[in-house]
Amino acid sequence: MLQEASRRGPEIVQARTDATLADVTAEQETKRWRTWLPVPVANFVCIATHWFVSTTEPPVETRSYFVFLWNFLAVALLLAIAQLWLPALRRRMRQMGPIFAGALLTLCGWELITSGFHLLPLPYFPGPAAVFQSLINDRALLFDSTWHSLILLLGGYALGVIAGLISGICIGWSTPVRYWGMPILKVVGPIPATAWIPLAMVVSPSAVFSAAALIALAVWFPVTMLTASGISNTRASYLDVARTLGAGRRYLIFRVAIPAALPSIFIGLFMGLGASFLTLVVAETVGVKSGLGWYVSWAQGWAEYGKVFAALVIMAAFFSTIMTVLFKVRDRVLVWQKGVIKW
Amino acid sequence: MVVSAETEASSLRVHDITKGFPLPEDSAARRLALDGVSLSLAAGELVSVVGPSGCGKSTLLRLIAGLDAPDSGELAVGAESITGPNAERGLVFQDPNLFPWLTVRRNIEAGLVARHVLHEKRHEVDEFMRLVGLESFADAYPHHLSGGMAQRVALARALINHPKVLLLDEPLGALDAFTRMRMQDEVLRLWQARRTTMLLVTHDIDEAIYMSDRIVIMTQRPGRIERTIPVNLQRPRDRSSAEFLRLRSEILELLHFAGAAAA
Repeated sequence: MLQEASRRGPEIVQARTDATLADVTAEQETKRWRTWLPVPVANFVCIATHWFVSTTEPPVETRSYFVFLWNFLAVALLLAIAQLWLPALRRRMRQMGPIFAGALLTLCGWELITSGFHLLPLPYFPGPAAVFQSLINDRALLFDSTWHSLILLLGGYALGVIAGLISGICIGWSTPVRYWGMPILKVVGPIPATAWIPLAMVVSPSAVFSAAALIALAVWFPVTMLTASGISNTRASYLDVARTLGAGRRYLIFRVAIPAALPSIFIGLFMGLGASFLTLVVAETVGVKSGLGWYVSWAQGWAEYGKVFAALVIMAAFFSTIMTVLFKVRDRVLVWQKGVIKW
Repeated sequence: MVVSAETEASSLRVHDITKGFPLPEDSAARRLALDGVSLSLAAGELVSVVGPSGCGKSTLLRLIAGLDAPDSGELAVGAESITGPNAERGLVFQDPNLFPWLTVRRNIEAGLVARHVLHEKRHEVDEFMRLVGLESFADAYPHHLSGGMAQRVALARALINHPKVLLLDEPLGALDAFTRMRMQDEVLRLWQARRTTMLLVTHDIDEAIYMSDRIVIMTQRPGRIERTIPVNLQRPRDRSSAEFLRLRSEILELLHFAGAAAA
């Protein structure tokens, strides 16, 4: 009996291994469908919806949306074929496929709510086709506006970061500077930068200059606050060790306190970036005669809501790209922290 | 080769040191952490300080390192009195305190960078990485290292400055028993190769007997030196020899007595 069991043992194990293998391949097979199928299907649903909607409502010029959707479908199908030979692409598609499918279905839902069943009042809520058309028709001005916004944003942000780092390091490191600087920071800092707009318009010679200064002010506060707290929370033992290694003040500040404060400084940079977006758009809406914020209010003035939405789409892409760049920079700079902190 | 640091200039003298700290509840009153502590280390000597926790051992090391100033008394290395932290007195803590943003190599280089001599002494970096057996981890960041490896980096980082005196504040306290014994031999090897004057603070009586030329026993609150016991055993020492065990029980008895006197 015992002998028989021991003789059969390996077979059982073997059988189980086969079963598991079969399960795995079956799972992979279904996963493979999931890798390439969702996007083309969602895309097709979009095209069908749009075709249906546009037959009931012919006057609006929406050919480019159609062209866009067909091109998208063509690319999705090409990728679906290419991933058979490219494992790296397959992994990427498995990860991103559902997101893209979801985005396409959202477009589809938007089209149904607006152009399809007229659930939202026109002209305030145009369908995706009309927005896409505005995007295409007004691309030159949109590009120009984005460019102006970028210049203004980067100028103001850089100014604010430099000022914030300098004041943050001084406040964090030196006790007298902290004594006098902290109250100023606590009183002036929390005022939203946009609240200074009336004053800025009177004082400054040019609207662009005052907008840059306001953005810098908005960035300066969080960067200063978090740099100062990062510097003053540097572990005392790091400073002690550095001193016994013969470090002078420069080394202590630039090679111990600042690196130790970097995680905190980056939180400040992210908060400052968010504040800079807000200030940028408000400043462009109110004073500056260029940029995406100006474009939105200008298009609204002409009741061209397709253009308003087009500008919002551009803003979303623009701001999230800049955010992503900052994330990449942080991952690069804080590579030593991998596995220590996630946020 | 690593240059020997054994000269008269590397003797350490602590004379009648008193140090108090303000009490948290009343900043005018001070609690004495060290009271009339005197101690002398000949150049190249390895001395251990043992005592109950709170007897001011770490305070004593911080004073010698120059990180704090004594209320009264004198501290000197060779003929020079101690006025502040300096690269000639290295300090290694229980926590290795490696700079987490620097790789192993850059951590070891830190002292050279701080003293602006990296350019002339770059070749020594490899030498010290070899000395502590970490060549293959040169580009690793500290969070990848085990406790023992991290402490070896901390030792190399302190030694690259060729300190006259190396202060060790329970450097092996956080390690497991096996790593700890291996590291004791490692520290002894470094000491024998370089003859740096070393002052080792420890909780571990076996470690003190195994490693040091003399053992200084301190009492609690305020910290005073109770007794100094020479260890006249041949190196390498046998942790289970009769003499070792006799010394061990003698010190244990003294420490119990020291604890009872304070209570």
